[in-house]
Amino acid sequence: MLQVASLDVYYGESHILRSVDLTVPPGQMVCLIGRNGVGKTTLLKTIMGLIHPRRGSITLKGESILSLSPDQRARQGIGYVPQGREIIPRLTVEENLLLGLEARPRGSRSTKIPPEIFELFPVLKTMLSRRGGDLSGGQQQQLAIGRALMGQPQLLVLDEPTEGIQPSIILEIEAAVRRIIESQGVSVLLVEQHLHFVRQADFYYAMQKGGIVASGLTQNLSQDVIQQFLAV
Amino acid sequence: MLSVLLDTLFDGISIGSVLLLAALGLAIVFGLMGVINMAHGELMMIGAYTMYLVQNSFGGLGGVWFESYIFLALPTAFLVAALGGLMLERWVIRYLYGRPLETLLATWGVSLILQQFVRSVNWAMVIGLVLWGALILTGRLLVWPRWGNLPWMSRVWVIAAGALAWGVGALAGERFGLALEEPWFGAEGVDVNAPDWLQGGIPLGDFQLPASRLFIISLTSICLLGLYLFLQKSPWGLRIRAVTQNRSMSACLGIPTGTVDALTFALGSGLAGVAGCAVSLLGSVDPNLGQEYIVNTFMVVVVGGVGNLVGSVVAAMTIGILQDLFSSGILPLLLGDKNPLTGFFNFFATDSMAKVIVFALIIIFLQVRPAGMFPQKGRSVDA
Ligand SMILES: Nc1ncnc2c1ncn2[C@@H]1O[C@H](COP(=O)(O)OP(=O)(O)OP(=O)(O)O)[C@@H](O)[C@H]1O
Ligand SMILES: [Mg+2]
Repeated sequence: MLQVASLDVYYGESHILRSVDLTVPPGQMVCLIGRNGVGKTTLLKTIMGLIHPRRGSITLKGESILSLSPDQRARQGIGYVPQGREIIPRLTVEENLLLGLEARPRGSRSTKIPPEIFELFPVLKTMLSRRGGDLSGGQQQQLAIGRALMGQPQLLVLDEPTEGIQPSIILEIEAAVRRIIESQGVSVLLVEQHLHFVRQADFYYAMQKGGIVASGLTQNLSQDVIQQFLAV
Repeated sequence: MLSVLLDTLFDGISIGSVLLLAALGLAIVFGLMGVINMAHGELMMIGAYTMYLVQNSFGGLGGVWFESYIFLALPTAFLVAALGGLMLERWVIRYLYGRPLETLLATWGVSLILQQFVRSVNWAMVIGLVLWGALILTGRLLVWPRWGNLPWMSRVWVIAAGALAWGVGALAGERFGLALEEPWFGAEGVDVNAPDWLQGGIPLGDFQLPASRLFIISLTSICLLGLYLFLQKSPWGLRIRAVTQNRSMSACLGIPTGTVDALTFALGSGLAGVAGCAVSLLGSVDPNLGQEYIVNTFMVVVVGGVGNLVGSVVAAMTIGILQDLFSSGILPLLLGDKNPLTGFFNFFATDSMAKVIVFALIIIFLQVRPAGMFPQKGRSVDA
């Protein structure tokens, strides 16, 4: 589905990502782990097109997306749930969800919110006319995921969806992501610190100082790696 | 006494309406792109001249045509100014996003160019410009694609075409003389003749409500309502609001931000064009028209609070009424001769002095409320 190869990214002159390779196979969930500040968010932003790499390639469904702008990438089927959620604050919950439709191809847009969204996140249904910025952190996170799903993405990119959220909601979000993968066959690229959630993934990549230093099947995730790369 | 006060209030509201109409476009563009468009006043001027041209061509037919040309002039002015704004965005501002100072300077340059353009535009110049445009278009469509490996050749083409077009224009001017070389408008003001029904007034007690001012007030109300509905109810309005609040996330959701920018800029410019029509009903139209309004228009945006339509409305009305209150000399009249303040207010009872005192008040106000009258409240502020 997504292939990143020998990617080098700089902020000004500081070298943030060093020759990163990463693959997300179709219908699979891949988790990227690593301590604070190693460059996980930077990698996701580069995939979205918010930051331009100096070297390397990014291909989606076999085609390079490097020359596409973020909105074009979204319309190619990437749904993005950023760190910090980035809910549009002064739009209502309903309007925020409707914006998710922008990623669908023109013509196939409805103006209704499909019921699946509310099955996944029942809280949202009761808050449709509230301002997005007034929601709590956990509610905003669910809204951000729901919004990304509105575009019917083929690849869902999640950046620390459980950051600062109470355990019961974490489990809810986890279950929702699993159901999305099972029912819609989307691929997922997840950045996560929470071990329980990490274990749901098929593959993991561990990042240190801007480079991938370990990877493999999540079943084989050793205590060592966990100790080294997760802040548990 | 009361009627004088009412009269002042009414005049103030109508001045405020013009300011508001002019400020609306500026406010939505500033809110969306953080760009201050110094050429906004010149877009108003273009709208006013468009009104003049429509009046000359259709109003000249007389009868019903003259009575109703204004309803043709308004949409035409909107379209012409919107097109001008679109070109400005595509060819200048687009390259300067994220650099407010450069944008300020560049649009100021454009405003000077536009002023000089209306002063000196004549047939010879138009012929040259049209020819140049046609040559560039021909080059783009037919010739440049074959020069794939020589990109600089296209620049040579543009310059050569420009020289050729200028030469043809100049030659034509020489050959046909004044017919082609007489400026269309010149540096002097031109007057727009309002239809009869706008020249009278509606009597109310012992004073008259001037029809032209009533018309301006209703025009502003309609534009305001239209803009509100567009922003709140239409899909493009939703996109504009989203990009205004969070540009990069909006892009990640699939909103074509470049298109949103261009559309908003065109819309704001179109509103400036309509404002120009309104202004042309109040006095003569000259190349400096934009300059007279731009500062006040900025004040409305700043005092109202950025990206806030209600704020713009209140600010425009307040500034308009204050301005009229001071300049009309009604305050000394109210206070009577004995009051020591009378002399003070008498001193400020002219248009330009009234502006001075209004600005002074604005500066004091902004010291107290730097974010304007209606700063954004709630959790969303620090989000
Ligand atoms: N806009 C920026 N300009 C300069 N440096 C930046 C910028 N954003 C991030 N960095 C630096 O890049 C590095 C990687 O940041 P990034 O946000 O990708 O980390 P992260 O792995 O997502 O961390 P966290 O787990 O805390 O979210 C950090 O050292 C950070 O200081
Ligand atoms: Mg991060």
